[in-house]
Amino acid sequence: MKSLVCLKQVPDTETQIKVNPEGTGIVTEGIKHIINPYDEFSVEEALRLKEKFKEGEVVILAIGPDRATESIRTALAMGADRGIHVNDPAVNTADPFAVAQALAAAAKDVQYDVIFCGHRAIDDDFCEVGAMLAEFLGLPQVTLVTKVEVAADKKSAILERDIEGGKETVEVPLPCVVTSQKGLNEPRYASLPGIMKAKKKPIDAKNAAALGVSVEAKLQSKEYSMPPERKAGKKIEGLEPPDAAKQVVQALRNEAKII
Amino acid sequence: MSKVLIYGEIKAGKLKKTALELTSEGRKIADGLGADAGVVLMGPHAEQFAPDVAKYGADKVYIVEAPQLESYNSEYFAQALAQVAKEKGAEVLLISHSIHGKDLAPRAAAKLGVAVVADCISFELDGGKLVGRRPMYAGKCYAKWVSLSSPQMATARPNVLEVRENPKAGAVEKISFSPDTSRATYTTKDLNLDTSGKVDLTEAEIIISGGRGMGGPDYALLEEAAGIFGSRATVGASRAAVDAGWRPHSDQVGQTGKTVTPNLYIACGISGSIQHLAGMGSSKVIVAINKDPEAPIFTKADYGIVGDLFKVLPEFNKELKSLLAE
Ligand SMILES: Cc1cc2nc3c(=O)[nH]c(=O)nc-3n(C[C@H](O)[C@H](O)[C@H](O)COP(=O)(O)OP(=O)(O)OC[C@H]3O[C@@H](n4cnc5c(N)ncnc54)[C@H](O)[C@@H]3O)c2cc1C
Ligand SMILES: Nc1ncnc2c1ncn2[C@@H]1O[C@H](COP(=O)(O)O)[C@@H](O)[C@H]1O
Repeated sequence: MKSLVCLKQVPDTETQIKVNPEGTGIVTEGIKHIINPYDEFSVEEALRLKEKFKEGEVVILAIGPDRATESIRTALAMGADRGIHVNDPAVNTADPFAVAQALAAAAKDVQYDVIFCGHRAIDDDFCEVGAMLAEFLGLPQVTLVTKVEVAADKKSAILERDIEGGKETVEVPLPCVVTSQKGLNEPRYASLPGIMKAKKKPIDAKNAAALGVSVEAKLQSKEYSMPPERKAGKKIEGLEPPDAAKQVVQALRNEAKII
Repeated sequence: MSKVLIYGEIKAGKLKKTALELTSEGRKIADGLGADAGVVLMGPHAEQFAPDVAKYGADKVYIVEAPQLESYNSEYFAQALAQVAKEKGAEVLLISHSIHGKDLAPRAAAKLGVAVVADCISFELDGGKLVGRRPMYAGKCYAKWVSLSSPQMATARPNVLEVRENPKAGAVEKISFSPDTSRATYTTKDLNLDTSGKVDLTEAEIIISGGRGMGGPDYALLEEAAGIFGSRATVGASRAAVDAGWRPHSDQVGQTGKTVTPNLYIACGISGSIQHLAGMGSSKVIVAINKDPEAPIFTKADYGIVGDLFKVLPEFNKELKSLLAE
């Protein structure tokens, strides 16, 4: 069972995001980075499939600056076999369209039964790359997947996905693009031997020219701003529960006019 | 010709409120551009909703029917939407950032050779170009984004844009669509819809969330509160509660769960971690019930009650019931 996992490195969820004084982006200094949590689910699922079929390969594909190597190494330490690191200023910060095109180009040299993406990268929050990649490769997409059952012949899979207010079960021919959703699995931690082994696993570096992609910007951003500062409101302390509840319910109607 | 095209989402045979939100917004954008607004409705139930979208500003209503559109499938819906956008010369294409829209929009965009300004909470026109303001880092900051290619595609967060009546002709036009069935896609085997009528977190107007302080999977007090508010309210959870197995993953609010913007968010037994606050910090009004006066949630709450949620919530529900019964 061969899987290609698209992995993005993103700021740690603990990060206090600050907008730069020019409003052209965020302050990037001092930010700690992690594997996009949804991509971690993907790595785990790909490893489980390889283990289940007792053969195959898990390839990690990441676009990003030098530091993205650390995240690829982390995935290799979890058990993935090799990495492809596309590192090129032209695509590292590109929009989802260009990123999906670069991923599609890089995927052409890889064998896979399934391509995993996260359903969303928790930095830009686009939720676009997986579906675009699928379209560019002419593959079916199944998004928001919480369960994967691959048929013994690896020609199809039964997948469970989140839909609004429920679940949908689909049957999909392979290869396909799956986007991972929370609930898919509990990602493992890298073991110490895993970390040692990962140091020797190959990471293939590529740039846009080597992939034959030329990037044309489709989106542009401006005027970054912070959300309005929320202030602590009224705190009710030391009142008996009935009185405290009454005060708040009344305030919701008369002050906030929300109920 | 419809320079502004809106995809009207239909779910389980009903037109969704987001379709009206988008039609209202699309109307405004069309007026700003001096253009026509058209709404695309797909599937077997589509045509009956033409008068609804007309009421909110649709000059034209495009109906696409085909056996492949009987239930949602990303490939066929994206083909149909891309076809209508091309045929009608759409320069702006709006879709809801619902679960359905998030699946459809990028696939259609890739077919049209454009990217999507996703999850917008407001729009403006700048020199004839559509600019969308959207949260990033799960709401830790905001930015304005513009699409440089045509059609300018955007998805809008449900429940944020205003619904405004503005009756227009809503002339119905049937679009003939023959899907390219050579493209591989999935087939739906089973739709397991929650029949409790629970609204999705992202679309709820009121959310009552429980965290680790709930102490277990019994969320009856929260369900009761949601029940008193009615169908616009739903129950959410923190990651701690989800990871403990008390609530399904789909209930998680936060940076790795759902980003929500209800009118009212009631956090019960939730401390207010940075990841949780990212997901619900843009709620209009926040109420917190927590027994720890130092809990960070109180620094963001409009109304905070320091106390045991098991003592406060029953009283809260009682008050609520008598107030809403009036
Ligand atoms: C990568 C990553 C992603 C994450 N993503 C998310 C996310 O999307 N969403 C999310 O929520 N978290 C997320 N977290 C977890 C987050 O860091 C916190 O651990 C989590 O939000 C804590 O949940 P909690 O507030 O329910 O629990 P706690 O922090 O344990 O708080 C429980 C609160 O309940 C109060 N309490 C206890 N008993 C009572 C009572 N009887 N009455 C009243 N109050 C009571 C306590 O005073 C306390 O404040 C993420 C963490 C990581 C590392
Ligand atoms: N720079 C990148 N490198 C590798 N994969 C990416 C990159 N950006 C996005 N992806 C993949 O696409 C998913 C969705 O990203 P997005 O559409 O940006 O929300 C991520 O979870 C990744 O799997």
